[in-house]
Amino acid sequence: MGTLVVAEHDNATLNPATLNAVAAAQALGADIDVLVAGNGCGAAGEAAAKVPGVGKVLVADNAVYEHALAENTSLLIAELAAGYDNVVAAATTSGKNIMPRVAALLDVAQISDVIAVEAADTFKRPIYAGNVIATVQTADAKKVITVRATAFDPVAAEGGSAAIEVVDAVHDAGLSSFVGEELAQSDRPELTAAPVVISGGRGMQNGDNFKLLDGIADKLGAAIGASRAAVDAGFVPNDMQVGQTGKIVAPDLYVAVGISGAIQHLAGMKDSKVIVAINKDEDAPIFQVADYGLVADLFEALPELEGKL
Amino acid sequence: MKVLVAVKRVVDYNVKVRAKADGSDVDLNNVKMSINPFCEIAVEEAVRLKEAGVATEVIAVSIGDKACQEQIRTALALGADRGIQVETEGAVEPLVVAKLLKGVVEKEEPQLVILGKQSIDGDNNQTGQMLGALAGMPQGTFASVVKVDGDRVQVTREVDGGLQTVSLTLPAIVTTDLRLNEPRYASLPNIMKAKKKQLDVYTPADLGVEVTKHLTLVKVEPPAERQAGIKVESVDELVDKLKNEAKVI
Repeated sequence: MGTLVVAEHDNATLNPATLNAVAAAQALGADIDVLVAGNGCGAAGEAAAKVPGVGKVLVADNAVYEHALAENTSLLIAELAAGYDNVVAAATTSGKNIMPRVAALLDVAQISDVIAVEAADTFKRPIYAGNVIATVQTADAKKVITVRATAFDPVAAEGGSAAIEVVDAVHDAGLSSFVGEELAQSDRPELTAAPVVISGGRGMQNGDNFKLLDGIADKLGAAIGASRAAVDAGFVPNDMQVGQTGKIVAPDLYVAVGISGAIQHLAGMKDSKVIVAINKDEDAPIFQVADYGLVADLFEALPELEGKL
Repeated sequence: MKVLVAVKRVVDYNVKVRAKADGSDVDLNNVKMSINPFCEIAVEEAVRLKEAGVATEVIAVSIGDKACQEQIRTALALGADRGIQVETEGAVEPLVVAKLLKGVVEKEEPQLVILGKQSIDGDNNQTGQMLGALAGMPQGTFASVVKVDGDRVQVTREVDGGLQTVSLTLPAIVTTDLRLNEPRYASLPNIMKAKKKQLDVYTPADLGVEVTKHLTLVKVEPPAERQAGIKVESVDELVDKLKNEAKVI
């Protein structure tokens, strides 16, 4: 028995969150195998085999697993789960989509968004938008867990040499098909993996003004995020949203510009190592969590900051 | 086409919830309760499908004690046609909620079940997907666009990298994300009308479901507090601090 980590990938490379999921799996203490299910996913399987600490990589390579459709992939994982005590995935939109189906098929509870492993059956997870941390213990022999990637330092991507085992099982539920996708094109790092994140809020006033963040992001190698207020106001698309209902980030440096600091937003970024807030309202709650606060008009401060970096 | 929409009674969005001093649970004494915001979006979507002539009947279901009838009435005031309460006591885990909803699905045979993607109390994000697996139905989670087209539904989903669109056979599950729609406000006449709409009450036994408990809440605690730092006077000072004190740039 042991732990099966469900890898997230694009058939060619592993999503970095998989390395955080492996780290969480290590905390469970059991042997770790990784599942790579996809279509033409041999390269992703090989990448998973290089992750240190992985015993073997199960590769299920079939057209039915393309785009990780939950209906098909959950049937595969539920079947493979027979040989494992734990099934772990990162709490990405893909993990959140698939894993509850796995848990239901196995008739067990799922423990979502785990931020700490206290014991093999006991976990910490945020509830109420991160206002409270709950410790929960499961009575299920088989555990289905999604983990918050930012709470676990990733394992190395290279250094291991796991065996690769082909999984022949083909599960086609025949219920769903992929139509298309519109992925944001950007030369910048992905929000959840970026070492620096600079986010704009309602104070940016409109979508055009987000361009003021571009030059600073270029200089810092940062990803650009936004508060829910900025998304709701239509300034920027939802995939930029940092917060409880958007993405959870924990970069080395987080710069909040024109963001008041609603609980909802803080839940998505308060584990950042260093937080900078730029806001003209000196009473904005964001200053209560910021390491460095600058009370200033962002339209003056941003160009100056870009010039001085 | 019949649409079933699930609603949950939760602590109001604007309440800052705290752990009880003894850490046994969160303190919900005298706290304002509301319909879960994602569920409200689900109700709105169902009602819009009815207004567009796609849905013929919208049924709102909630699982909980008698108090959750208040949220069912809210859904009825927003335009749902009738309500179902499945009477339970205390906290019910998502897996059990999914089993109870499956029981309601078997009774009502809706073509579409719309749920919120998560409730803002437990933040589990599980119930819709679990219902899908138990009922053998496909799912379009975190939906930002829902289009019913003949015997299929096309759902555009908010995923980490952007948007993904899937096509699902009916009956299907949809879970709502924030941008799917902006819920309307219930008008006073509609609130009055909602009081007279049909509301049936079932027990878990009526649906053939045993309420089991898989999880124990060991304790709750406040998150690690972050200390406020300092205010800097100028951009120069900020850059200096980041370079020489925090050493992050």
